[in-house]
Amino acid sequence: MNAATQPRPQPRPQPQTPRDEAYNFAYLDEQTKRMIRRGLLKAVAIPGYQVPFGGREMPLPYGWGTGGMQLTAAILGAEDVLKVIDQGADDTTNAVSIRRFFARTAGVATTERTPEATIIQTRHRIPETPLHADQIMVYQVPIPEPLRFIEPSETETRTMHALNDYGVMHVKLYEDIATFGHIATAYAYPVTVDERYVMDPSPIPKFDNPKLDMSPALMLFGAGREKRLYAVPPFTRVTSLDFEDHPFDVQKWEHNCAICGSHESFLDELILDDQGTQSFVCSDTDYCAQRVSQGRAVQ
Amino acid sequence: MYVAVKGGEQAIDNAHKLLAKQRRGDTSVAELCVEQIRQQLPLAVARVMTEGSLYDAELAALAIKQSAGDLVEAIFLLRAYRTTLTRFSASLPIDTSAMQLNRRLSATFKDVPGGQLLGPTFDYTHRLLDFTLLAEGEFPGPEAQADAGVQDCPRVLGLLAKEGLIKEEQDTGVPVADITREPLEYPASRAERLQALARGDEGFLLALGYSTQRGYGRNHPFAGEIRVGEVEVWIEPEELGFPISIGAIEVTECEMVNQFVGSATELPQFTRGYGLAFGHAERKAMGMALVDRSLRAGEYSEEIVSPAQQEEFVLAHCDNVEAAGFVSHLKLPHYVDFQSELELIRKLRTPSKESAQ
Repeated sequence: MNAATQPRPQPRPQPQTPRDEAYNFAYLDEQTKRMIRRGLLKAVAIPGYQVPFGGREMPLPYGWGTGGMQLTAAILGAEDVLKVIDQGADDTTNAVSIRRFFARTAGVATTERTPEATIIQTRHRIPETPLHADQIMVYQVPIPEPLRFIEPSETETRTMHALNDYGVMHVKLYEDIATFGHIATAYAYPVTVDERYVMDPSPIPKFDNPKLDMSPALMLFGAGREKRLYAVPPFTRVTSLDFEDHPFDVQKWEHNCAICGSHESFLDELILDDQGTQSFVCSDTDYCAQRVSQGRAVQ
Repeated sequence: MYVAVKGGEQAIDNAHKLLAKQRRGDTSVAELCVEQIRQQLPLAVARVMTEGSLYDAELAALAIKQSAGDLVEAIFLLRAYRTTLTRFSASLPIDTSAMQLNRRLSATFKDVPGGQLLGPTFDYTHRLLDFTLLAEGEFPGPEAQADAGVQDCPRVLGLLAKEGLIKEEQDTGVPVADITREPLEYPASRAERLQALARGDEGFLLALGYSTQRGYGRNHPFAGEIRVGEVEVWIEPEELGFPISIGAIEVTECEMVNQFVGSATELPQFTRGYGLAFGHAERKAMGMALVDRSLRAGEYSEEIVSPAQQEEFVLAHCDNVEAAGFVSHLKLPHYVDFQSELELIRKLRTPSKESAQ
């Protein structure tokens, strides 16, 4: 469905599973997909604004990626190549489950390679490999409202967005600094999109926030239970909230990945034995495997 | 040394097989058939149909079998099926005053036109385990006359309305939104609220209704009328131009008579809360009616101070499929977010340079 702007490095992956004809293509009926695409067009036109949509009940539980799945279903075409990650990994059980769902109901090709994918559905990470212009990221969002933990009422928060009234958010960040000496938010770190809406980038680590800024890829966010979707169009300014004297910074590790030796990627901590011996490995399994295949394995 | 889990696909397949095995239990015991569940667990079927928003006893029984008796899971299964169905037509409003009654009671009047009808109920049973059921003994029950229905039974609250003692409900004629097709936005209309409550978790509504009785948003309820029975469902296809009956459904309806309101310009009147559920589901209908009334606090200029009166709180949290999904998602891996928190808490625990000096 996307016009390729770059030549692909490898031949396009082919579907491995025949489509289950008992369901409409990609499960949802065409009217529902159309309704969601109209919502997405609105979301792209107003970057960072939360568009209410008539979210459907999916055959997976709420909180397990139903918002992301509805968005993926709405934009998926027969020629697309789908990658699904959870915590950066292709082989976590829920990523496997969602990838299988679309392989079955849409018969599309799937891949674990980031550059091969045209649509990447993700929970909690942005791949380390830079994205390109003919890719769409679909984020699974649990709580789309960045102000929710400051103001529980939806009526109030919608008004605050409308009035560009984000003072409470800055006060909260300031209180963190006053109490802890740092901003005590490590993931789902709020951002301002296109100098207007404050947006929850979904629970990605703040390490990934800079990847949202001026990304060539389209970013779509879907919250199924809360029935909201929003978007960051390509090449849009996305800034993480901060203060002049407390500038935004990302996590750094003293360690390298125990498999590929990377010092640039987001590392997951493993506990190896009863003594609590730690080891660190890349959260992005595809990035790590590619580095190993390029001969960067740690001896 | 890479210890992170590989082979998720195999694990998922095996988990599903183990689940099927657990559901079947000991294969030397006869398998439950869907019809047995439908016939012998009708109250479970009613709950699954009500909160699943689909009147189909066979599919609800199938969902109960498939979910191994986990009713919230069965509700989820039925809803996931329902969402794929085509909408042919909206029915005309059902007329519960024309109900073929199985049970009817009013706690506000000793006798009402049409009389009280106890019907099948757990009320007044002594909750003593019946060991004859353990021996699978037959229990035939009383002889019932097929045509023994009660005569004309006008709704009790209608009698109060004739005297002007209770607020009349007005049909505003505004098209009713379908909350399963359009997102619920606040403030919601009463029609949308009632839809959400009808799908809402019985336990949650029961607890909220109970909280109003204990003083958190008190509204002095009386069970004006509870009726259980069959009503006909009518649709009016556009190409036909006249209504046709498409069958009958069993419903439980509860109308609560609540504390009166009045003002300088209006004489005091009772108010009401409304509950409706598929099948025989009195606890659900009563809980729903109590919460419906408490959510009308704004309409009657009552102070909104308690959880059961707060529309956003109630409507956003009453759906058990949403709630169960979001709570259970905590079982999904959160390695990345937790790693971020670990890094942060270690950083916060490191004494800063200034305080170290």
